[in-house]
Amino acid sequence: MQIYLPIAEMSVNVFLILGLGGGVGFMSGLFGVGGGFLMTPLLIFLGIPPAVSVGTEAAQIVASSVSGVLAHWRRGNVDLKMGLILTMGGFVGSFGGVELFKWLRSQGQVDLVIALCYVIFLGIVGGLMFVESVQSLVKSKRMAEAGGRKKLHQHTWIHGLPFKVRFRRSKLYISAVLPLGLGVLVGVLAAIMGVGGGFIMVPAMIYLLGMPTSVVVGTSLFQIIFVTANSTFLHATRNFTVDIVLALLLLLGGVIGAQIGARMSVRLKGEQLRVLLAVIVLVVCAKLGIDLVTTPDDMFSLGAGGKH
Amino acid sequence: MRRLVVLFLALAAVAATPARAADPLVADLSKHLVAITTGFAGTDVLLFGAVDGEGEVVVVVRGPSKTEIIRRKDRQAGIWINSGSAQVEAAPSFYRVASTQPLTEIAPVAVLDRHQIGLNHLDLTISTSDSGADSATYRDALMRLKQKKGLYGEKVEQIGFMSHRLFRTELHFPANVPVGTYLVEVYLMQGGDVVSAQTTPLVISKIGVGADVFDFAHQQAAAYGLIAIALAAAAGWLAAVAFKK
Repeated sequence: MQIYLPIAEMSVNVFLILGLGGGVGFMSGLFGVGGGFLMTPLLIFLGIPPAVSVGTEAAQIVASSVSGVLAHWRRGNVDLKMGLILTMGGFVGSFGGVELFKWLRSQGQVDLVIALCYVIFLGIVGGLMFVESVQSLVKSKRMAEAGGRKKLHQHTWIHGLPFKVRFRRSKLYISAVLPLGLGVLVGVLAAIMGVGGGFIMVPAMIYLLGMPTSVVVGTSLFQIIFVTANSTFLHATRNFTVDIVLALLLLLGGVIGAQIGARMSVRLKGEQLRVLLAVIVLVVCAKLGIDLVTTPDDMFSLGAGGKH
Repeated sequence: MRRLVVLFLALAAVAATPARAADPLVADLSKHLVAITTGFAGTDVLLFGAVDGEGEVVVVVRGPSKTEIIRRKDRQAGIWINSGSAQVEAAPSFYRVASTQPLTEIAPVAVLDRHQIGLNHLDLTISTSDSGADSATYRDALMRLKQKKGLYGEKVEQIGFMSHRLFRTELHFPANVPVGTYLVEVYLMQGGDVVSAQTTPLVISKIGVGADVFDFAHQQAAAYGLIAIALAAAAGWLAAVAFKK
């Protein structure tokens, strides 16, 4: 059954899109990630214009983050103060990101920049995650012989920055400049890549800010809601690239898939899940990287032309 | 059914040939409006008509013109990057030709050029500052890319004659067809020249929910954006509540 997407201006198979939403939703439920980094490239592979894929995926991430944050909120795993500062940075970042996106689109370089961002960030995050999770798999097999207490976090130049703020839930006393800057960076990337940015935000919160892992996911989801809502709004008003029909189809598949995935994840070990996720991230990264360097079938492409 | 609402073109070529009996050529479409609805997956429009006397029939379907940008990739530092581009002024967004005989057997090149019949005879203005490819290469690329999208005909399609007077052909419009007012030109050719021509408009337009969404998204972008966010947030919240154990 075909359905015509009003903004993408093309027709797609309903079941294909529902299946895609379900599949990516399943992964996001299983791994506790947003899934934007999988969905956006897949939509582009399907032939949805990259600009529409990015704009629409932002809307879908709003939904999956709202859905995800509620459970964390109930358990009190959201650091509101930290979340708000990250959101402030994220707003600035997504404004900049959407403008950058618009400019890149007019230059015909948006596809390249999207692909490059994916290759670089998925490569780094996937690689680190893979190494770290394999190490901890090996370590857990050795039954944690040396149980020496680790320091909560190392003191570095980071702690010398001004505007220090106390974050009670995160048990931190750090400069507000750090989360603000992190928010800006992830906001720009989220707007350009059509992702929530959780895959960068979560490791950055743990390793850069030194937040306890218990509040990381909830706080990250909390700020993703507002940042992706902002980029949805900006993509809709500046680029006209949010396809509400496509978003709803993806959502429908996504919420069901996410629930099944979340139930499955209970049966798997944390380290195994992380290795699996790292492999998926690296596969997506490799696929996009190979596409960048292999000789294209056709050197020429039709640009996002002017209107009539 | 709606009667023939057609526009007759007085062409220079017609003036040059001896006057003939009225209406040596009549043609019409099975519909004059193609509605792109939510379930739209492409459509066929039947073109039919009759000729008075001998001759070959050529049909040209032309979509609304627009400026196209074609980009050329080049390898830079190991990566394929869009490095050059060309702008094509007034390229038809859709172009298809159907004929009773191969075009080269019907008319000389000059005539085909004058009426822009056939992809090779389209009059396109291509401007480029790219040193890596000339405008002829860009022209070929435009044709190839448009053909790949199904918007330019790969070949001249066949028109069938019935009893030498009646003709018919199916005009196919794919799902990604651009909206706008199309012109369906029907030519009657005799002895290598156009003796009669008729142009029928065909409107391709979005109808229904899809059209409303598109218009709303462009005219009330802020409201559309807010609704999209509200819908997404509500859907996410509903899902969380519905699946709560």
